[in-house]
Amino acid sequence: MAALLPPLRVCRGILKELRAMQGPTYKLSPAYNYVMDQFRKNKVTGQMYCRAQQEAHHDSHTYLCLLASNRTHLALHKLYHGKGDRSREEVAGLVGLRLPTQPGGKGWEK
Amino acid sequence: MFRGIARLQSQFGNILSPNKVRSPHFRFALKYSTAITERKRFYQDVSISQGEGGLYEINLDRKKLKTPGGKLFTVPNEVLAIAVATEWDAQRDTLKFYTMHLTTLCNTALDNPTQRNKEQMINAALKFLETDTVCYRVDEPHGLVELQKNEWDPVLHWIENRYNVTIGSSSSILGPEIPEATKDTFRQHLNSYNFWSLTGLEFVITQLKSVVLSMGMIDRHLSVEQAVLLSRLEEEYQIQHWGNVEWAHDYDMYELRARTAAGALFVHLSSENSTVKRKLLQDREG
Repeated sequence: MAALLPPLRVCRGILKELRAMQGPTYKLSPAYNYVMDQFRKNKVTGQMYCRAQQEAHHDSHTYLCLLASNRTHLALHKLYHGKGDRSREEVAGLVGLRLPTQPGGKGWEK
Repeated sequence: MFRGIARLQSQFGNILSPNKVRSPHFRFALKYSTAITERKRFYQDVSISQGEGGLYEINLDRKKLKTPGGKLFTVPNEVLAIAVATEWDAQRDTLKFYTMHLTTLCNTALDNPTQRNKEQMINAALKFLETDTVCYRVDEPHGLVELQKNEWDPVLHWIENRYNVTIGSSSSILGPEIPEATKDTFRQHLNSYNFWSLTGLEFVITQLKSVVLSMGMIDRHLSVEQAVLLSRLEEEYQIQHWGNVEWAHDYDMYELRARTAAGALFVHLSSENSTVKRKLLQDREG
């Protein structure tokens, strides 16, 4: 039932995500080195049904899902999530006023 | 806005100054409950280094990363350290803690703010089995009944065969009767996981609202996307019927996918150990 993408597509997907996250220097990051290392190591196996290879394939798929859905979630968050309240200075600035300042601080402030 | 929070924190700090001795539990709860969601990025480089005991640490510029509880942030293997470092490196102008799922899981495992032990976590997981999503069926509408039968039954059969247990499904309000033998089998299986893996597993179960789907994903029978789809089966059915609302449905789905993927990765990385065995090529004569 584990209908996973072929390893090449997963590898390219992970590299695309890393590039989107880090910009052009993504090839220097430890994550890039580790991912390429693992994909190369698990490419060739002497056995017909290699459990380590299957496990690595599933793990790479999971990591790709993590990176891709994190990026999409962040994009949706930026698009739709509430921005929160404005600060007191900004609210005053909306009507063209500024907050009063008291050089010694107010009575209850340190 | 951050200045307001900082002022609040400094006021809190004054209250906690050494006149009263607070228990570690109280301090933990305080740190974890007054959590800030965003902070400005204060470092340039992220790197990992190996400390004492073979544990890996994360360095932000020159400083070592610490957990919210004040402990040094250490992970047992290099892969997890690389993944956490990638999370920290991926942050741009502000640190968005709600996207750093692996870091959050490591912090929970290291600090253990609610002071759970393995037995409590296993009992909680088994208790959840009684209210497992996959076992709760509806009687109507007919389309949903069919969908649940076609999608959830195979997973139930798989887990019943894999662990040699009976779980069954029910459409009554009380849910299925889980026999003691089933619980014992699962208890024995879950005992083989270490504390970190159990932390991750508990997180995944809470997200997917199902022990069956979590075990299916951890045992690599289901992919993350499939597990999330099965967990949200009724929602997907209603979406197909009434339409999709991007700012609610998609937002929830991608957040669920990210968290579940992080949990699954956390469990796998905490429980695996790999060795490299080199096969020697035979020398040919002549």
